[in-house]
Parts: sequence; structure tokens; C-alpha cells
Amino acid sequence: MKAVVTVMLKAGVLDPQGKAIGQALAHLGFAGVGEVRAGKVIELELAETDPVAAKNAAESMARKLLANTVIESFRVDLS
Amino acid sequence: MTNKPVNQALAAEFGLNAEEYARVLDIMGRAPTLTELGIFSVMWSEHCSYKSSRVWLRTLPTRAPWVIHGPGENAGVVAIGEGLAAIFKMESHNHPSFIEPYQGAATGVGGILRDVFTMGARPVANLNALRFGDPKNPVTRRIVDGVVRGIGGYGNCVGVPTVGGEINFHPAYDGNPLVNAMTVGIAPADRIFLSAAAGIGNPVVYVGSKTGRDGIHGATMASAEFGADAESKRPTVQVGDPFVEKLLIEACLELMATDAIVAIQDMGAAGLTSSSVEMAGKGGVGIELDLDQVPQRETGMSAYEMMLSESQERMLIVLRPGAEGTARAIFEKWELDFAVIGHLTDTGRIVVRHQGSVEAEIPLAPLADQAPLYHRPTAPSPAPGPLGAIPAARLGEDLVKLIGCPDLASRAWVWDQYDSTVGGQTVKRPGAADAAIVKVDGHRLALALTTDCTPRYVAADPEAGAAQAVAEAWRNITATGARPLAITDNMNFGNPEKPLVMGQFAAAVAGIARACTALDFPVVSGNVSLYNETAGSPILPTPAIGGLGVLEDAARAVGLAAAPGQDLVLVGADPSHLGQSLWLREGAGQEAGAPPPVDLAAERRHGDFVRARIASGEVRACHDVSDGGLLVAVAEMLMAGNTGAVLAGPTDGGFWFGEDQARYVVAVADGAALVAAATGAGVPTRLVGRTGGEGLTLPDGATISLATLRSAHERFFPALMET
Amino acid sequence: MKAGIVVFPGINRERDIAIALERASGRKPRMIWHRETDLQSLDLIVIPGGFSYGDYLRCGAMAAQSPVMESIRAHAARGGHVLGVCNGFQILAEAQLLPGALLRNASLRFLSMDCHLRVERTDTDFTAHYQRGQVIRAPLAHGDGNYFADDATLDRLEGEGLVAFRYVEPDGAATAKANRNGSARNIAGILSPNRRIMGLMPHPEDLVDPLMGGTDGAPLFEGISAALGSDRPAA
Repeated sequence: MKAVVTVMLKAGVLDPQGKAIGQALAHLGFAGVGEVRAGKVIELELAETDPVAAKNAAESMARKLLANTVIESFRVDLS
Repeated sequence: MTNKPVNQALAAEFGLNAEEYARVLDIMGRAPTLTELGIFSVMWSEHCSYKSSRVWLRTLPTRAPWVIHGPGENAGVVAIGEGLAAIFKMESHNHPSFIEPYQGAATGVGGILRDVFTMGARPVANLNALRFGDPKNPVTRRIVDGVVRGIGGYGNCVGVPTVGGEINFHPAYDGNPLVNAMTVGIAPADRIFLSAAAGIGNPVVYVGSKTGRDGIHGATMASAEFGADAESKRPTVQVGDPFVEKLLIEACLELMATDAIVAIQDMGAAGLTSSSVEMAGKGGVGIELDLDQVPQRETGMSAYEMMLSESQERMLIVLRPGAEGTARAIFEKWELDFAVIGHLTDTGRIVVRHQGSVEAEIPLAPLADQAPLYHRPTAPSPAPGPLGAIPAARLGEDLVKLIGCPDLASRAWVWDQYDSTVGGQTVKRPGAADAAIVKVDGHRLALALTTDCTPRYVAADPEAGAAQAVAEAWRNITATGARPLAITDNMNFGNPEKPLVMGQFAAAVAGIARACTALDFPVVSGNVSLYNETAGSPILPTPAIGGLGVLEDAARAVGLAAAPGQDLVLVGADPSHLGQSLWLREGAGQEAGAPPPVDLAAERRHGDFVRARIASGEVRACHDVSDGGLLVAVAEMLMAGNTGAVLAGPTDGGFWFGEDQARYVVAVADGAALVAAATGAGVPTRLVGRTGGEGLTLPDGATISLATLRSAHERFFPALMET
Repeated sequence: MKAGIVVFPGINRERDIAIALERASGRKPRMIWHRETDLQSLDLIVIPGGFSYGDYLRCGAMAAQSPVMESIRAHAARGGHVLGVCNGFQILAEAQLLPGALLRNASLRFLSMDCHLRVERTDTDFTAHYQRGQVIRAPLAHGDGNYFADDATLDRLEGEGLVAFRYVEPDGAATAKANRNGSARNIAGILSPNRRIMGLMPHPEDLVDPLMGGTDGAPLFEGISAALGSDRPAA
């Protein structure tokens, strides 16, 4: 089973990378882009086949290592 | 690709011409397999075989009493005293850096680091010589950004300080930037590791990263001109992992402290092929590889792909029998792959097995001995056009313009992104002295390191221009007080099949040889990068010279920062030569005339005088006079030292902006005493000014504030890159 | 003083710290491989700069989870001294031995140059050999030194006097220009509540020798060494 962990900076934490991407898009002529936030996506290939257990496992990994909850939030999706 | 029949058409796709393919058939006595064809094509590529350049490179002076290993090893080795050796080399990564600037530059740094630590040295310094296209070309900004980030990204992470280098801009590099990376390491002089394999039956070990499909045929890419399809070549660029490189350095040095190693070489261009072929070939033995044992990152890789992969951060080692356990424990401690993938044989052949079949079996002696060697036709460079009208100098205005021009503007924006202090041995950081000064940990010794080339001089007169590059490297080392020892040369030229380009190459080699001989400054390592052309238009010929010198006492090194209350003395003849000067190029748009002549006897006499005066403590600051001439040199010393000065002398452009060679500006407490001593030594000198105050007062009476100078000097890079 | 330097894979300033400690204390520090767990005999543990685990995922994240961290936690709980410099600071923050986090530099570029720091308090074993308000010079070398903490945490740090160093102009003014990496409130270094754990981004260990351009970093190592018992024979 594959778990996809999306890690984003929490609202309120300055994201200079997102800001730079936003500015670059504006320079390229893409209008109407509001705030841009950059994060990471981590794909986990899990042996677990039970979706609830898999999600719990991935969330535990995210809390322990994949995200720094001082500055980041995360979301786990199974696919 | 595996389905294509192996024939002359496929050989041509692999970069072998009809005659070369006929020679392959002759050696093999049959049609080669795909893997064999791959091995021949990379070993006989320009990049690996030096087939166009070898006949000329042989003429370079490579010996001196202090040279331990000259060209032919992974890097050059010179004795620096106290039982130590400096190991160094410069190598190009031009083509990859155009296709993917970040990874191209990063893996260039990684590759040259491996060339140095594979010989047993801990790398202590990186430098890089960079040439970019016209700053007005929008592509240039992207390439500068990627290359600088790539050099920093790799060098900073591996923990080797980046301490120096140079940058030029010229439209001739628009489609073909040059990224020449140099690494310097230190090793005990009696613990140098070489690549010649020995000991029939000895295990052949693979360590480092796993093998993937990256960079297949990088060596042949580096040997071809860019066409309009350069973009589509992107997937062949390899990706670097500086973290693994750092682990590999530590693991290899740990293994080198044991007696387990017989021979070692990094897997550079053409990866497993070149390392195994060269190690066995040099040792006069055979080698058998079992590719099933190669650590693989991807599934279903063919023998061809594994032999040609340019995955980074890998080394091949021949161990003493029974040393596998010791070696494996060290690499496992550092969490690196370790696999015995073969052994040495007495067959004189390379045999490659994969999944139960023999995928390649090639006799090594003819692969090396019958490698193509070309005496390509040469044609002399046309004499440069005559100088046009010389404009009247407006010293202040012209100076402000010159020190802000792309070739002279402050490089702080670049080196502020390179960790120059890691290791705690950096005595003179980038820009603080004419050569970077790096102390040897635990000793008073220090190395003086520089890279130099003035491509417009080489284009105008390849022989004189190349001699000038060597002389400038020697001078930059001398200007710190250090004793120049040896150079590495990185020869960047266009398509050698064009007689004009081959003529530039041959003349440049002659110029290097002349200067190295006269200055006792031999070539101990080097690299040739040809086919630097885009759409048929070659780069400026660029023989980049990496110079190394030694100071017995690091505390004796001088920088270029002048202090208030010092006399500024020009050492060397009064200037007047304006051919190929930056002043004429920037001020009058003239790239014309002959470059400044190189008088090596004067170079040596003036340099020896300056070095002795630095050693005696008389010279407090010193700067060589090069691009931009005397006034630019003085301005740089004042900005570095945050002091003004009052200058005296003529008011003509030739005097203040001429680029005559063999000259230094020194800052001393007593200029008259220095002038008297120089006269006795037959060295021309002239008192040109005295430091102090807030501004630079010129001989025409005008004064420019330091703030004006500094803001002009510091504007270019931020304006190019941050807006 | 018995000092140990923790070496994670990818750490690269361990020798710099060793030189600075040896100059100050006269004793070679012990190198601690990250798989070791017995740190009982040490007075000071230093986590040096570098790129532990390649800075992959987040700077310091993987080192913060390694076995030696439990021993460092225990050492800290015993009231032992811990110094984290650059990557070491990032690791201490990831391990939550110090509050906050180090984000990417606001410029999105690696910063390598000297900065000026104002010493905010001197009643700590790390800073006792400086004068309060003294401005010192130290090299920066990082891509992720932008100190972040929520306002409540920042207010607490300020209120309890746990800010050790701030980025300032040479004249001591804490301006935005001096704060090159964009850190909250110009914070360059912080202390734990017992002031025995300190993390800072700049590298005082690279300025302890006049040959390398200055000695502004030396008092830090001399201070901690004096506090924990110098082994240097009297001159």
C-alpha cells in the first residue's frame, strides 16, 4: 500500500521559497496567482495492507521524523 | 538500443569514425558486442584518449626535483616539505554545465575531489575557473545562478573550503560556459596511492553509491559539439550526492590508513569501463568483472548500461588478498555500498560477465596501444587587427567604469555563497590576496593557490597568451610571498578538427612550455576539453592554469589590502601596452592589438625581488598588475584596505591602464628604501603614491571617494542576479 | 574539562571545533561516533557544523533521531553542558532540546561571510569571557539559519533572557540589514533555561587564531573551558 505524506509549512511561518516562486510566476506573466506555498511530498511504499493501520503508521512516521511539527503540518493520503 | 545491430552505422552514432571502427574489428577479429563497442567508443573518445591533444601535451615540461608524480596519475603530486605532499588537479565539466548548470557544476566538483582523495590526500581546498557568456544574454543569468549554486551546494556539503578562482564574461561563451574545478589535497609524501593494478587473483572491489542509468555516454557527449539539440541531451546528465562523497572521503582515508589497498581509482567519465580498463592496463594485468555483483539502483540494467553508467561517488579498488573483511567493515561503518565485483587475471584481457554470459572480452594492450592518435592539421591564428585611435584618458571616470565592468567587478556575491572557512585553516579568503592561502593543519606551512587565464590574450596570440596565463599564476603566488611550485592546466578549446583551433592548441601548449621552463614551474596534471563550440562557433581558447605554491610560514603571507600611511611602489617597467587591454575594450569597444609581450626573464627577476622583500617583512601588501592595469590594481588595494591615497605620475591611459606584464604594486613603509634596493637588483621601480585619507586623488588632480569606488565595484553581480 | 565532539555522517566542522577547544583547554577533545551511547564521563558535548545526513529531509532531522541523542538528552538532564553550532544548533532544535526551528535563509542562498554578533548576556559558562553588549565577529556558513519560533516562545526567550547572541551592525545596532538570514528578532544563538545548552548559527570556532583573521571566537571556548576546569598547565 502506498502512503503519500504531504508536508507544508504551517500558516504563519514565512515561506521564502513560496514567495520566490510567486514572484517568478508573476515575472513570467501569469496573472491572478495569490499566495504560493512550497512543501514536500514523500511517498512511502508500505507492507501494511489494512488502510487504517497504514494511515496510522504513516502518521506516526510523519510526527516522529517526516515533519517538524514546530513549523510544519502534514497530511497522509493512501493510494 | 540493444536491438540495433552492431555495425559501422552504430559505431558512428557512438562517435567512432570508419577508420576507428575498422581498427576495432581488426583488434577483435570479429564484430564487437554492444558492450564492447561501448567500451571502445568511450576509451577512444577524445575525453578519455586525448587523441587530438596527446602529441602536443608530450612536449610540456613535467619534472622538477619537488615533483613526485607528474601527468599520468589521477592528479599531480609535489613535495611541499616536512614530509608532506600536495596533490592537485583541475578538470572541466563544461558540457554538462550548459545542459544542467547546477548538476553539471556540482558533479564537476565531486569528480575532481575524487581524483585527489583517490591518491590518499585529504582535500583541503577547492577553486574554480568559470567563463560565462554575455551578461546581457538572458541565458547567462540562469547559467551563473545554477553553476554558483552547484559549486556551493557540493563543496559546502563535503566540507572542503572553496577559496578562490576566477570568472570572465564574453559572448564567445554564450552557448558553452566553462566550468573548470580544481581541488588541492594534502597527504604524507610516502603514502601516495596509485592506480596501477597488481597481483594476479587480487580482489576488485566496488565502493560508494549504487549504479543507475545516469550519465550514460557522458564521455562521448563531452567530446562532441553542441548542436541545437543540446536541450534533448538533458537526461544523460548525472546527479551528484555530496553527502555520499563526504562519506566516501572519510571511508577511503580510513582504509588508506591500513595496508589493504593495492590500487585505487575513482569511476569518473565512462565509469566502470575507464576505471577497470585503466587500472588493469597500467598494471599490465587482466581483469574479470562479474556485473551481477555490482550494486544497482535500478532494475533490469544491461551490461552495456552498467559499464557505461556515470553514476557519481563510486570508486574501484584492488585489495590485497584477505583484506576484504577489513575494507568491508570500514565501508559498512560509513553506510556505503561495498561489493567484490571481480579479480585480476594473467590474461591481459578485460572480461565482463553478466547473467551467465560473457558480454565483453577485449585485449587490453591493443585497446590502449592502438587507441587513435591524431596529428591534426594546424593553422596559425591570424594576427589581431591593429589598434584604432587611442582615446584621451579621463582617469577617474575610466577607473570607475572599469572596476564596475563584468570582468573586474567584485565577485563577493559569488564567494559569499561558498564556504571558504570550513577546516579552520583559511589564512587568506577569496579576494584577500592574489592567491588563496590555506595553512596545513598542524604545521606552519601554507599553500598558495590560484587559477589564471586571460582568454582574450590567448585568442589574439595563443602562444603569448598561454605563456601569460602561466606567468600570471606564478606572479599571483609570488605576490603572497609564496614560492611557486607547479601547475595543473585545463585546456579548453573548440573543435580540434578545425586547423585554426588545433593551431591555437598547439601554440598554447608551446607558450605554456616556454613559461613553465623559464619559471621552473612544471605541469604536473591537467585536462583537455575540446569541441567547446555551439553551432560552429568556438569559445575563446582558454588554457586555464591552476597554480600551487608553498610558504614555509603561513604568518608571512601578505594580502592585497593597503593600510594608511604606506608608500605605493610599482615594481616593473613603466606601462604603456594597450593592445587587448580592458580599458580599450570597455572604453572604446576595441578588442584589438597584440596582447602584452611576456618577458619571462623580467618576470622571474621582478618576482624573485618581490618575494624576497615580502620574506624580509618590508612589503606589507602586494598585488600583481593584470586586467585593467596599474590604476585598477591600486584601487583594489585601497578598497580592500579601506584607505584612500594620493597618486603621482603621468596622466595618460597607457601608463595607468596598460597591461604590461611582470609587474606588482607593493605597499611599504619606506618607498625610497625599496626603490634603492630594487635599483641595486636591476629591477625597475617607481613610487606611484602614498596611502591615506578617504579618497583616491589622481595625478590629474581629481579625487574619487572610496564610497564611489566601492559602489561602482559592487554593483554588477547583484544587479545581474538579484533583480 | 572533558569535552566530546559528536560526529554524525556528513558533519564537517568537527576538526574546527577540536582545534578551538584544544587551544582553549590544552586538551584534545574526544570524537564521538554517532553510534556511541556512553557519554557519562564528559563535561561538555559539542555538536559541530556540517551537513548531517546531507541536510536531506530537513537540516538536523535525521541526526536528531539517532541513538547518541538519547545519551545527549540524559547528559543534559544531568545538568551537563551542550553546545550546538550551525548544524549542531539545527539538530538541538529538531531534538527539541532548544525551542524553535531553523528555516531556509530568507535570501534562499547559502550565506558565507563574517557577521557581527552582540553578546546578550555574560552570566553563562559559554559567554562569561565576553563583555555584555560586546560586538564580536564570526563567520557564517549556512543555508538554513533563519531562526523561527512562535511569538509566545520568542517572548519567553526574551523574558527569561535566553537569547545569547543577536545579529547586529558593527556598532551594535540590531538592524534588518545585519540580519542576513532573516531570523526572528535577529536571534543568532539561544540558551536553555538552565543556560547549559547553547545553540548558535555562526562559527566562533573559525576565528580563534590571529592567522585566520581574528580571535573573536576564542573567549567562548576559553570561557567554557575555565568554567568546566581548565587542564592547561599554568604558563
